[in-house]
Amino acid sequence: MSNIPVDLKYAKTHEWVRMNDDGSVTVGISDSAQDQLGDMVFIEVPEAGQSVAAAEACAVVESVKAASDVYAPIAGEIVEVNAGLADSPETVNTDVYGEGWIFRMTPTDKAELDGLMDAETYESFLASEDH
Amino acid sequence: MLIFEQSRAGRRAHVQAPAQAAAVADIPENLLRGGRPLLPEASEMQVVRHFTRLSQKNFSIDTQFYPLGSCTMKYNPRACNTLAMLPGFLARHPLAPESMGQGFLACMFELQEMLKDVTGMPAVSLTPAAGAQGEFTGVAMIRAYHDANGDTERNEILVPDAAHGTNPATATMCGYQVHEIPTGKDGDVDVEALRAAVGPHTAGIMLTNPSTLGVFDRRIEEIAAIIHEAGGLLYYDGANLNAILGKVRPGDMGFDVIHMNLHKTFSTPHGGGGPGAGPVGVSKRLEPYLPVPVVGLDGDEYYWITEAVRPQSIGRLSTFMGNAGVLMRAYIYARMLGSEGMHRVADFATLNANYLMARLTAAGFDVAYPGRRATHEFIVTLKRQKDELGITAMDFAKRLLDYNMHAPTTYFPLLVPECLLIEPTETESKEDLDAFVDAMVKIQKEAETTPDLLREAPHTLPVRRLDEVRAAKQLDLVWSGTVD
Repeated sequence: MSNIPVDLKYAKTHEWVRMNDDGSVTVGISDSAQDQLGDMVFIEVPEAGQSVAAAEACAVVESVKAASDVYAPIAGEIVEVNAGLADSPETVNTDVYGEGWIFRMTPTDKAELDGLMDAETYESFLASEDH
Repeated sequence: MLIFEQSRAGRRAHVQAPAQAAAVADIPENLLRGGRPLLPEASEMQVVRHFTRLSQKNFSIDTQFYPLGSCTMKYNPRACNTLAMLPGFLARHPLAPESMGQGFLACMFELQEMLKDVTGMPAVSLTPAAGAQGEFTGVAMIRAYHDANGDTERNEILVPDAAHGTNPATATMCGYQVHEIPTGKDGDVDVEALRAAVGPHTAGIMLTNPSTLGVFDRRIEEIAAIIHEAGGLLYYDGANLNAILGKVRPGDMGFDVIHMNLHKTFSTPHGGGGPGAGPVGVSKRLEPYLPVPVVGLDGDEYYWITEAVRPQSIGRLSTFMGNAGVLMRAYIYARMLGSEGMHRVADFATLNANYLMARLTAAGFDVAYPGRRATHEFIVTLKRQKDELGITAMDFAKRLLDYNMHAPTTYFPLLVPECLLIEPTETESKEDLDAFVDAMVKIQKEAETTPDLLREAPHTLPVRRLDEVRAAKQLDLVWSGTVD
């Protein structure tokens, strides 16, 4: 069973979102997503200062199996990216909810966060996606 | 051992192959190299043994069962190669006048006609030099069509999430935004999501039918109507044409443009970077934009149709007319099959896939779309094995190599976890199909009793399990030794 922390929110495209005290949000991919993709070999992060629309592809995670887009869970501006992933993409496998974060953004409209799933909903979403 | 490591200074083999002096006297002195190139020096016998040994380490359709799904890897009859190599075809110069190449032009004209007939498209151009160029050509024609109509707001191509990765890449190369359409639970395109996605920005959709999920999209006519009503065009990716050859025609399904991978369906050499051929077929409204040259027939004279007659053509894709030798092989294959043979290709490709699917299901394997009939390929998911035994699709794939069979495609399409995409093709015998099922059943037993046998596989090949992460991140192909 994959690890789904209760203090995070989740997008249907398998990103996790952490609400920070300063109003920004941190984004990564879920444990289930990293497990399905397997060993990471390359991660392309967005640029700080870049504006993104909700559901816009803004990062790429490439594993031994596939290259997949990472989508902005909400609209906003990228304020910080995890530069360490360039040298150690495997961090996404080993510490997916911690050092494996991909970017931090400030939301255009905080209300958009309400449209994301909580842990329980994401868990049943994962179950429903299973064939 | 590398051929460089077998090198001994001064060892030569050139006496066995008399060289013809090349006329290179006009190369300026300052562009000529001073020293000899660093090439291995070995005898003919050494070279023959070296490369024969290398070829024996390889898995190939000539030596092993090779059920790679999503990219038909079928047997190429030797006759196609032999006949395409006849001196009259082989030695023809591309600049020779039409009057001196009537035999070749007749073959190309007939190939155009046969591809039109089998796809149901009113016009065909043979000139794209690869599947990828065929895709580019197809979408470039969609763009040319909209531009000619002053319809410049259409900036989006729809691509189902089950598509080959080349489709979004092609749309992007042609300057379009890609909008992904989800797949429904039954494996067909989610038509409601499609309906919601189309609009004045829709330039077209790129669709593979049968899809990479190994099922035929049953609502294709409805999809065609939705796209056409929105003013878009339908692009058919010919990757899986083998399944429906002569049975259902993309033109009749409502497609406006198709590219055909001759290496997948029409028995031309596969991959390795080329040469290839990816002809395109189009509906009447796209015919003016076809790339040139195309072969025409006037009375009993064959001739090249060029820009002079097709001013709206998207132009030329290469200096001449594409890869003549590859197209010849496809022509000969199609002529040998005939119309009846084309049907039998689809019959047996589909029968073989469904036979394998039925036998593997009976043996306890889970298929991704159990309610659906397989086309030429189908998907086994090993998610249960991963959850219960910690054995992955990759472990199964590697262990199959020990049973002297090439593994099916693993981890594609991405929509199905722990998947094997299995495509036996029409040329496998029942005995070979049964042997594959037997191997899968044995491997399943091993997974339950001696799982490390799978995790450490392959055991019998020149190289063992590769470190895929290191291979991707620290690829090192440079030999840094010295020649004796």
